[in-house]
Amino acid sequence: MRRALRWLMAVCVVAATSTAAFAADLRPLVQALGSGGYSGTEKALAQLSEAGDPAAVPAIEALQAGDLYVRKADGTVVVARKAGDAFTLTDPLTRAALGEAPAGAVEKIRINNSLRRAISASLGALTLMSPDAGVRRSAADAVFKSRDASALETLSAAIAKEQDKGVRAAMEQARAAILLTGEAASKMTDADIQSATDTLTARGDRDALVLLNMVAGSGASDVTKKLAAAAVSTLEQKLAFWAALQNLWYGLSLGSVLLLAAIGLAVTFGVMGVINMAHGEMVMIGAYTTFLVQEFFRAHAPGLFDLSILVALPAAFLVSGGVGIVIERSVIRWLYGRPLETLLATWGLSLALQQAVRSIFGPTNREVGAPSWMSGAFELGGLTITYGRLWIVVFAFAVFAALLVALKRTWFGLSIRAVTQNRPMANAMGIRTARVDALTFGLGSGIAGLAGVALSQIDNVSPNLGQGYILDSFMVVVFGGVGNLWGTLVGALTLGTMNKFLEPYAGAVLGKILVLIFIILFIQRRPRGLFALKGRAVEA
Amino acid sequence: MRTKQLTSSFGIGALAGLAMGAMASFAMPAQAADDTIKVGILHSLSGTMAISETTLKDVMLMLIDEQNKKGGLLGKKLEPVVVDPASNWPLFAEKARELISKDKVSAVFGCWTSVSRKSVLPVFEELNNILFYPVQYEGEESSRNVFYTGAAPNQQAIPAVDYLMQKEKVQRWVLAGTDYVYPRTTNKILEAYLKGKGVKPEDIMINYTPFGHSDWQSIVADIKKFGSAGKKTAVVSTINGDANVPFYKELGNQGVKAQDIPVVAFSVGEEELAGIDTKPLLGHLAAWNYFQSVETPANAEFIKEWKAYTKNDKRVTNDPMEAHYIGFNMWVKAVEAAGTTEPDKVIDAMVGVSVPNLTGGYSAMLPNHHITKPVLIGEVQENGQFDVVSKTSGLVPGDEWSDFLPDSKDLIADWRKPMSCGNFNVKTGKCGGKGS
Amino acid sequence: MLLRFFLMGLDRKAGIVLAILAFLAVVVPAMTLWVPADSPFHLSIFTVSLLGKYLCFALLALALDLVWGYCGILSLGHAAFFALGGYAMGMYLMRQIGPRGVYGNPLLPDFMVFLNWKELPWYWLGFDHFWFAALMVLVVPGALAFAFGWFAFRSRVTGVYLSIITQALTFALLLAFFRNDMGFGGNNGLTDFKDILGYDIQADTTRVALFVATVAALALSYMIASGVIGSKLGKVLVALRDAESRVRFMGYDTESYKLFAWTLSACMAGVAGALYVPQVGIINPSEFAPASSIEAVIWVAVGGRGTLAGAILGAVLVNMGKSYFTGALPELWLFALGGLFVAVTLFLPKGLLGLGAQLKAKLPGRKASTLPNAQPADQKGA
Repeated sequence: MRRALRWLMAVCVVAATSTAAFAADLRPLVQALGSGGYSGTEKALAQLSEAGDPAAVPAIEALQAGDLYVRKADGTVVVARKAGDAFTLTDPLTRAALGEAPAGAVEKIRINNSLRRAISASLGALTLMSPDAGVRRSAADAVFKSRDASALETLSAAIAKEQDKGVRAAMEQARAAILLTGEAASKMTDADIQSATDTLTARGDRDALVLLNMVAGSGASDVTKKLAAAAVSTLEQKLAFWAALQNLWYGLSLGSVLLLAAIGLAVTFGVMGVINMAHGEMVMIGAYTTFLVQEFFRAHAPGLFDLSILVALPAAFLVSGGVGIVIERSVIRWLYGRPLETLLATWGLSLALQQAVRSIFGPTNREVGAPSWMSGAFELGGLTITYGRLWIVVFAFAVFAALLVALKRTWFGLSIRAVTQNRPMANAMGIRTARVDALTFGLGSGIAGLAGVALSQIDNVSPNLGQGYILDSFMVVVFGGVGNLWGTLVGALTLGTMNKFLEPYAGAVLGKILVLIFIILFIQRRPRGLFALKGRAVEA
Repeated sequence: MRTKQLTSSFGIGALAGLAMGAMASFAMPAQAADDTIKVGILHSLSGTMAISETTLKDVMLMLIDEQNKKGGLLGKKLEPVVVDPASNWPLFAEKARELISKDKVSAVFGCWTSVSRKSVLPVFEELNNILFYPVQYEGEESSRNVFYTGAAPNQQAIPAVDYLMQKEKVQRWVLAGTDYVYPRTTNKILEAYLKGKGVKPEDIMINYTPFGHSDWQSIVADIKKFGSAGKKTAVVSTINGDANVPFYKELGNQGVKAQDIPVVAFSVGEEELAGIDTKPLLGHLAAWNYFQSVETPANAEFIKEWKAYTKNDKRVTNDPMEAHYIGFNMWVKAVEAAGTTEPDKVIDAMVGVSVPNLTGGYSAMLPNHHITKPVLIGEVQENGQFDVVSKTSGLVPGDEWSDFLPDSKDLIADWRKPMSCGNFNVKTGKCGGKGS
Repeated sequence: MLLRFFLMGLDRKAGIVLAILAFLAVVVPAMTLWVPADSPFHLSIFTVSLLGKYLCFALLALALDLVWGYCGILSLGHAAFFALGGYAMGMYLMRQIGPRGVYGNPLLPDFMVFLNWKELPWYWLGFDHFWFAALMVLVVPGALAFAFGWFAFRSRVTGVYLSIITQALTFALLLAFFRNDMGFGGNNGLTDFKDILGYDIQADTTRVALFVATVAALALSYMIASGVIGSKLGKVLVALRDAESRVRFMGYDTESYKLFAWTLSACMAGVAGALYVPQVGIINPSEFAPASSIEAVIWVAVGGRGTLAGAILGAVLVNMGKSYFTGALPELWLFALGGLFVAVTLFLPKGLLGLGAQLKAKLPGRKASTLPNAQPADQKGA
C-alpha cells in the first residue's frame, strides 16, 4: 500500500515539474547505476540523491527491490519484472514500456549492505516532502539513521511545513541527529546543543542511545560531550528499568512455550499416568502438519497464506490426536496399570515416529513461514514485543483455559476424571472406559499437536523437534505436581521466568544447570511437586 | 521352585546360545569381493546430526554412481558401503573400525562434528586407512591418515572479518557461538586477530550457548544492547546446526537488520536457510568456499546432476558437498596415479593432486593434508540463496596450525618424506609439538 | 565370611552365568591371539573390542537391575554414574599421554593448551596414578549417588518423581560437562589415548586383557549382586519394592537399605564406565544424555527385570542388534529397534528370560506360574 502511494506521489511530483527536462538530467546518473560494480553504483546513487530530484525515486526503489537490470545488448539500465520465463522491461524514469527480454539478455544490478543503507538514506532525503504522512515519517526515520548532512536543508524546510505532530517530532529528531554528529556541531550554541540532546533523550530508545553514545565519544566540544554524557546516563537508567520488565516478558514468553509443550503431557502423563516418551513426537507431527497446510496454501491459495496457521490449528489437533488414538488402541491400552512399560513402548514408538518422519519428509529442516500478523515487533514503552511471541503467550493461555473447561465443565471431562480416579466404578456406572481412554489420550496428543503449530513458528521443523522439549515437559509436569493442571501452569511460568532471570548473570548454559539443580532440590522439599494431590489419590 | 529353575535354565541356555551364535557371526571373515573397490561412507543418518549429514551420504552415492558410469576406477566398479553411526561418537569409532577391518574399504568419506573426527582418528591411524573430512573446522590438527577438504579457520573466519572491517567499517564485535571446540578455537583466533588490529577488549563480546539452544530472546536483546554503543557492530556467529533457525527467527522478529548489525555466519549454508523464511534476513552474511549461486559451468552441471539424482527440484547444494566433490575427485586421481588403492601409496600420491573445484578454479592438496580454496562472502537473498559480494583474488591455502595461537604458531605439518610429521616445530627443529 | 557371602547367592542359574563368563574369558583370548588369522575360528580384534563394549553395557544393566528390579527405584540417570566412572578413567589415560600430545606439552592435555590454560586445575591432580584413578572410579559415582540418594530417599521422593529428578541430574551433568570452562574437554571430551599402565592401548594383547578384565568385573559384580540379593538384606529390598510403607511400619530403616543398594549400584556403573572408555577410545558428555539412561533401562526390560542374568542378556542382545542393524539397514534400523521395544513390552512383559514362564503358562493343564522375582506387585505411581 505504502509502496503504491509512493509511486503515486512520485508520479504527482513528476507531473508537476517539467518532466522531460529533469528526466534528461537524471538519465546519465541512472545509467551510471549500472556500471562499475558496487562502488560504481554507490557513486551514482550519491550523485542521484545530491541532485535532489524526486523523479529519481522510482529508479532507486527499483534498485532496492532488485528490479533494476542492465540490458546486455546496449547497456541500458531498465526496470525488469519477471513475467513467466522472460522479463517485461520498462524505463526507470519515464516508465515507458520497453518490450520484453529473455532471461539471459538482462543482468541484475546487484546491491550489498552498504548500498542498501545508501538507498534508504537517499530515499529518505528524497521523500521528505511527500504528500503522504506515512512516507514522510519513514523518510524522517531513514534520515535519522543516515544522518546525511546534505539532507539538512530539505529537512528544515520540511519541518517548517509539517502539520502532523508525530512526523514533525521524528523530523526534529532527525535534525538533532544531523546537527549533533555533523560538522555543524562545533558552531552551535550551548542552548542549541541542549535542545538537540533533549530532543534525542525524549525519543528515549536504543537508537537515540547509540547516537548520544557516539556524540559522547566523538571529537565534539567539551560542552557537547558533557551534555551528551548526561543524556546517556538518563537514558541508560530508563532503559535498565525497561530491561528488567523485558526480562519478565521473556520469562513469560519462555514459560508459555514450556506450558504449551507440557500441557498435552499433563493430560497423557498427569491425568492418565502414561509415561509418554512419544509426546515430543506428537508435537513434531503437529509442526509437520503446519508445514503441509502451508504447502497447500502456497500451491493453491497464496493470497490466503496469512490464514494458513488458523487452518493448521484444527488440522494439527486432528492429525496428532488421531495418531494418539491409534497409539492408544494399538499399544497403550494393553499396558494400563503398568506405567513403566508404557515408558519403554512409547520410547520405541518415538524412535519409529522420528524415523518415519525422516523417511517421508527428509532429514532437513522444513520451512514454516510466519503469517504477516505474526511477524515483526512493536514497542510498548521501552519494551520490544514481537508479535510471534505475543500470540504464543495468548495461545498458550487460551489452550490452557479451554482444557480446564473441557475437563471440569463437560461430560467428557467428567468421564475422564471418573475413569482415572476409579476405573471399575466408572465402568459400573456405564461409562465406556475404553473409549474414554482412547479419547483422553487423543486429547493429550492433539494438544501436543497444537503446541507443534506454535513451536513451528520459533523453532526448527525437523525430525528432532520433539526431542528438545520432552525432558523440559516432564520437568514442568513433575515440578508442578502430577495430575494438577494448575501446577503445570505455575510450574511452566516459574521455570521460564527463573531461566530468563538467571541467563543474563550466569549465561545460558549455567542458567539452565541452576534451574535443573533447583528442581532436584525442590523435589526434596516437596516430593510430590508444587501442587501435590492429597488424600487417597496420592497412593494410587 | 522347580519351575523357576527350569525357566531360568531355559533363559540362560538362550543367553549362552545367542552369545555363541553372535561370536560365530562376528568371527566369520567378511568375504571381500575382489572385483570391486569399496568406499566407506560414515555419516549419521539418524540422531541430531542426521539433518546435516544425510545430504553428504547422498552426494557421495551420486559421485560414486557417476564414477561407475564413467567406467569405475582401475577397471573395477566402486561399491559404496553405507553405515549409520547415529550421531553417537563412540559408535563412530566402532563403525570406522567395522568399515576398515570387516568391510575392507579403501577409503572412508565421513564425519561432520569435530568430536566424531576425534573419535575415529585413532582408528584410522591404527588401521592405516584414509578419511576424507569435508567440513570446515577449527584446525589445530593434521594426521597422516586424514585429508581435510573443508576450510581451516584462515580459509573462512579471517577473510570474513577482514571484509567486515574494510567494507562495513565494523569496530565492535560480538563473537557468538555454541559451546564446543570449533567456536571456542575460532573465537580465540579471531580475538587474537582483532586485538592485533587494534580492537579494544571492551569492543569484543563473547557469548556461548548450549547445543540446540532454542530461546534466543535475551541474547538477541543483549546483542542489540551491545550494538548501541555508538560504534558499528557486527556479529560473528559460530552457532551450530539446529540452534540457527530459532536464532535467525528471533533476529528477524526483533528487527535486527543486516544494514544495522550484520551477522556473518560460518556454519549457515543453503541447507540451513532452507528451513527459514529469509525475507527478514536479507543481507546477513556467510563465509564459505562455495555457494550454490556461483555461476560456473561446472557448478551448473553439478546442481543439475544433484537435482536429477535426488529427483527433487528444490534440493540445494552447499559447501561441504563441494568439499566431498573435491575430495572424491582427488582420491580418484591419486588412486589412478598410484595404480592401487593401497592406503600408503595413495596417501603419498595425494599430496600435490589438483582437481577442478566448482567455483571456477583448481584446488590442490597441500603437504599438510589441507587444500587450497577461494574464500567467498555471500549475502542472504530473499530466495534463500547467497549473493557473492566478495571473493578472494587467489586461492587461500589451508593453515592447520593457526598463527594467532601462542602454542601453535611455530608448528607446521608436512607429510612428504622425509619430514612426514604433523606437528613439526620450526623453532626447535623437531617433530612433536612444543617439545620440552 | 566373605566367601560365604559370595556363595550364598549362588544357585544353578548363577552357576551357568559364571560358567559362560569364565568360558568367554578363556576362549576369546585364545581364539584371538593363538588361532591363526585364516582359521574360521579366529576372532578379529574388532570383535573382541565389540564384545568388550557389550559386556561394559551389561555391567551397567546389571547395576541398574539391582536397584530397579530388586529395589523398585527406576533410575533414569544411571548413565551419569557410568560416565563419571568413564571420565575418571579418561583423565588417567589423558595424563598417560604426557608429552606425546600434538602440542608436545608435558604438563597439560591438548585441549587445555589451545584454550590457553596455564596450569592443571586442582581436580586433575592425582590422576597421574592409576590407583588414584581407580579409586575415583568408585568414589566419584558412589559419593554422588550417596549424596543424591541420602536427600532423595530421606525426603521420600519415590516413583516417577525420583525417575524424573534422576533425569534432571544426568541432564545437568551433561550441560556442565559440555562447558569448556569445566576443564573436561567440552564436547570433544577426552580422546587419543596412548597407554594404560604402560601398555600400548591399541595393542592386541592390551585389548584382550581389557576384555578379560571386563569379564572379570562383570563376574565379580554378578556375584556381589546375587550375594546381596540372596542375603537377608536382599529380602528386605524386595519387600521394599513390593510394599515400602509396610516395611517401614515393621520398623525397618528403609532409607538406609535403599541407600546401600543405590550407592553400590552407582559404583558398579562407574566401574563399567571405566572399563568402557579404554575400549572405545573416547569419553564425551553425550554419555550423560538422558536418552542413554533410558536405553539402559530398556536393555534391562528386554532381558527381564529382576533377573540379574536378564539384564546382561538384554544389554548384549540390544547392542548387538544395534551394531548389526546400523550397518545392515542404515536407513531403517530405528524402525527395527523401536519395533523391538514395543514388541517386547507388549508380548514379553517379563522380558526374554520370562519367555519360558510365559510359554509354560500357556500350556494346558498346568498352573500358571510366575517368576517371583520378576513380578513386582507394586506398580503404584511407577
